[in-house]
Amino acid sequence: MSNNESMNRVRAGLARRYATERRFRMYGVLAILMSLFFLVLLFTTIIGNGYTAFLQTHIKLDITFDQALLDPSGKGDLAEISRTGDFNGVVKAALREAFPEVTKRGDRKSLYNLASGGAGFELRDMLMADPSLMGKTVSVWLTADDEIDMFMKGHIDRDVPEDDRRVKDLTIEWVDRLLAEDRLEKQFNTTFFTAGDSRDAEQSGIWGAAVGSFYTLIVTLLLSFPIGVAAAIYLEEFAPTNRFTDFIEVNINNLAAVPSIVFGLLGLAVFISFFGMPRSAPLVGGLVLTLMTLPTIIIASRAALKSVPPSIREAALGIGASKMQMVFHHVLPLAMPGMLTGAIIGMAQALGESAPLLMIGMVAFIVDIPGGVFDPSTVLPVQIYLWADSPERAFVERTSAAIMVLLAFLVVMNALAVMLRKRFEKRW
Amino acid sequence: MPTSTLIILLLAVSSALYYFGRQRSLAVAGGEIRKLHSLPSYYGYYAALWCLLPALAVLLLWNGFESKVITTLVVNGLPAEVRNVDDARLGLMINDIRNLATGGVVSARPDPAMQTAASHYQDLQNISRAALAVVALVIASIGGFLAWRKIATGHRARNKVESIVKGFLLSSSTLAIFTTLGIVLSVLFEAIRFFQHVSITDFLFGLSWSPQMAIRADQVGSSGAFGAIPLFVGTMLISFIAMMVAAPIGLMAAIYLSEYASRRVRAIVKPVMEILAGIPTVVYGFFAALTVAPFLRDTGSMIGLDVSSESALAAGLVMGIMIIPFVSSLSDDVINAVPQAMRDGAYGLGATRSETIRQVIIPAALPGIVGGMLLAVSRAIGETMIVVMAAGLSANLTANPLEAVTTVTVQIVTLLVGDQEFDSPKTLAAFALGLSLFVTTLILNIVALHVVRKYREQYE
Repeated sequence: MSNNESMNRVRAGLARRYATERRFRMYGVLAILMSLFFLVLLFTTIIGNGYTAFLQTHIKLDITFDQALLDPSGKGDLAEISRTGDFNGVVKAALREAFPEVTKRGDRKSLYNLASGGAGFELRDMLMADPSLMGKTVSVWLTADDEIDMFMKGHIDRDVPEDDRRVKDLTIEWVDRLLAEDRLEKQFNTTFFTAGDSRDAEQSGIWGAAVGSFYTLIVTLLLSFPIGVAAAIYLEEFAPTNRFTDFIEVNINNLAAVPSIVFGLLGLAVFISFFGMPRSAPLVGGLVLTLMTLPTIIIASRAALKSVPPSIREAALGIGASKMQMVFHHVLPLAMPGMLTGAIIGMAQALGESAPLLMIGMVAFIVDIPGGVFDPSTVLPVQIYLWADSPERAFVERTSAAIMVLLAFLVVMNALAVMLRKRFEKRW
Repeated sequence: MPTSTLIILLLAVSSALYYFGRQRSLAVAGGEIRKLHSLPSYYGYYAALWCLLPALAVLLLWNGFESKVITTLVVNGLPAEVRNVDDARLGLMINDIRNLATGGVVSARPDPAMQTAASHYQDLQNISRAALAVVALVIASIGGFLAWRKIATGHRARNKVESIVKGFLLSSSTLAIFTTLGIVLSVLFEAIRFFQHVSITDFLFGLSWSPQMAIRADQVGSSGAFGAIPLFVGTMLISFIAMMVAAPIGLMAAIYLSEYASRRVRAIVKPVMEILAGIPTVVYGFFAALTVAPFLRDTGSMIGLDVSSESALAAGLVMGIMIIPFVSSLSDDVINAVPQAMRDGAYGLGATRSETIRQVIIPAALPGIVGGMLLAVSRAIGETMIVVMAAGLSANLTANPLEAVTTVTVQIVTLLVGDQEFDSPKTLAAFALGLSLFVTTLILNIVALHVVRKYREQYE
């Protein structure tokens, strides 16, 4: 075959080969675009569903703090009023007054449903803060029921036949009238950030779960950071190369890949059933998450120690430091930023983890805000899981909003880690 | 005295001993530090550690055994006719006594015997708390004092303190071993108890799974079937779908990023893709259940397919999205490890980029890529929240991705969430499933890590 002939054969195939090249390259672009598309889709779904939850419909009523209802004995004892006063009766009376034409029993009942079941508690708190309100009539913004809220936010369509609609014609009529009188308005949803869980969507909030997450993470951080750093120091600086050290390393690498739910089984069998620790407590959650995040922290800390150049160690030893002094006075401070970065990333992982916490009972329905590491509590991701299971439409937006809060925390933590790395990273 | 106060007190005592130890070392040296073997602060640490550690050990042991000892004492103090009931009733009674003593909710109406037992319990607990505080503080003082007395110019305090610190470092690193051991033992023991009720072959090869047990002996109903094959098949089906999404997208993304993309594109796209890996799985689960599953169902009904609202397809697709960054970063690593010389050789022979990639780089990186894929599979198998929220509960033995299937992790969660008695086969089954999950992922990881390491060594 002459030179010319082979060149011709190559040329003949060139167009085809370049087409293949372009196609292949396009597949790559396509793959990246697809994953970016998924990311965008995920965020738009969550934000699109969730941003409305930061506003909550409130209803303005002329409330009369009627002594006959709140303090029938007339003693004026605040503790007694707070316990036995019929604050819901006050709300109902105000609603009756606003709509005097509603007289039928069934209609009255749906009228009472305009305000949230928790509206009475809001009035109670108001009265407790200012006892002089007793007997007076004031205009108060109260939380509206979640279905009114959904209607206001357009999640319930008024063109749907009445039978298929959660909010009936009569209620819509009332809502329109309240709107015309400027007595219905969407305000910033403080309940969402200050309340614990609740069966009623409009009274539920993430504060309880956030506090639970905080306690759990504190336990995790206090245990996993010192232990992880100590383990890394031992393995990097002191461990002799022998079978035992190898065995430790194999174990760490394997633990990093054990499914998180298995750690939950460990927590259930060892901490709860064997040691008799309380169920649902942040302490146990923190212990389980410690075991789970330890490999991450150990691996990151070892990398940080490795990046400290040997000349530092030699210089320290050369001027007479003991090995322990060399590590703690010279190597550790230089490796600290890297270790902290690893710890923050580990904490971010722990913050988003829910499967092992389901196993140790942190899925209970808990209304109270936990006050310590022994109190039953739940955490943010588990709260999301619990709300995602609730059938009410109002919980969908709450779930999405809770996810937005969780993601915001994660973004802040990761940004902190990146900043720390940028700020203190040294190139030797 | 609550434990936290006691710990703070102990810390206070030991910091005082740090000060005294340091002062004494200076005193014995007559102010000339060079006469001392170690720096003065080491003598301080020495005294403080001797004060703190024994007391903490006592505290830990005491807290571990306190409730058992007190309970035994209280039960022995009960009248004989009350005490001679079966274990379950006795356990309930002890619980009630404890709740009475601490002011909690009690199941039965308290009778006088219980009342006395409760006050007995409370007395014992008060005594124990007070005794603990005294014992711990005395031990702390004695330990600190003895150490303080030992301080002399020739005393090798630094070496002793450093060996204690080294002991702490070593025990911290062995925690990984104990964790693995804890996992293996806890899961294995419960699984063995399960296999006393249900034979291993029935569990591993049985074709039907319905863990509902009759609660009372006279109850009509299913006696429970514990054949795990439908769960294994369901898990594999969902993992397979996930890999069908993640493997091509992740691999192609990695190839593009490492071979084609400019430095700037790479610097932007890579972190953005990593975001997918940082999103909590519960968010993916919500996304699957809220968006993807209804979308698939509606599309299916439009083209006349009957798609279940908890289809394996929805869970698998979303799980695939979650694994994309995992696959792409592992593949990126191994592709970058292929020596540049191999690329240059291929280009020199006139190959186009895609030909180089397909005929040189991929074959060279194949072991590493396979290892990465195995790790991704093990991720998919162990993933819990997505399937709990988006996959079904009923154990269908099917390979149809449009139907609802259940997985091993879903069953573990459903069996263990809620109040369960700890020794019914239903609860124990979760541990048997956990054991099979642990063993499977362990084998996958070991094989994958081995393959990847072999591959790395080849080019280093």
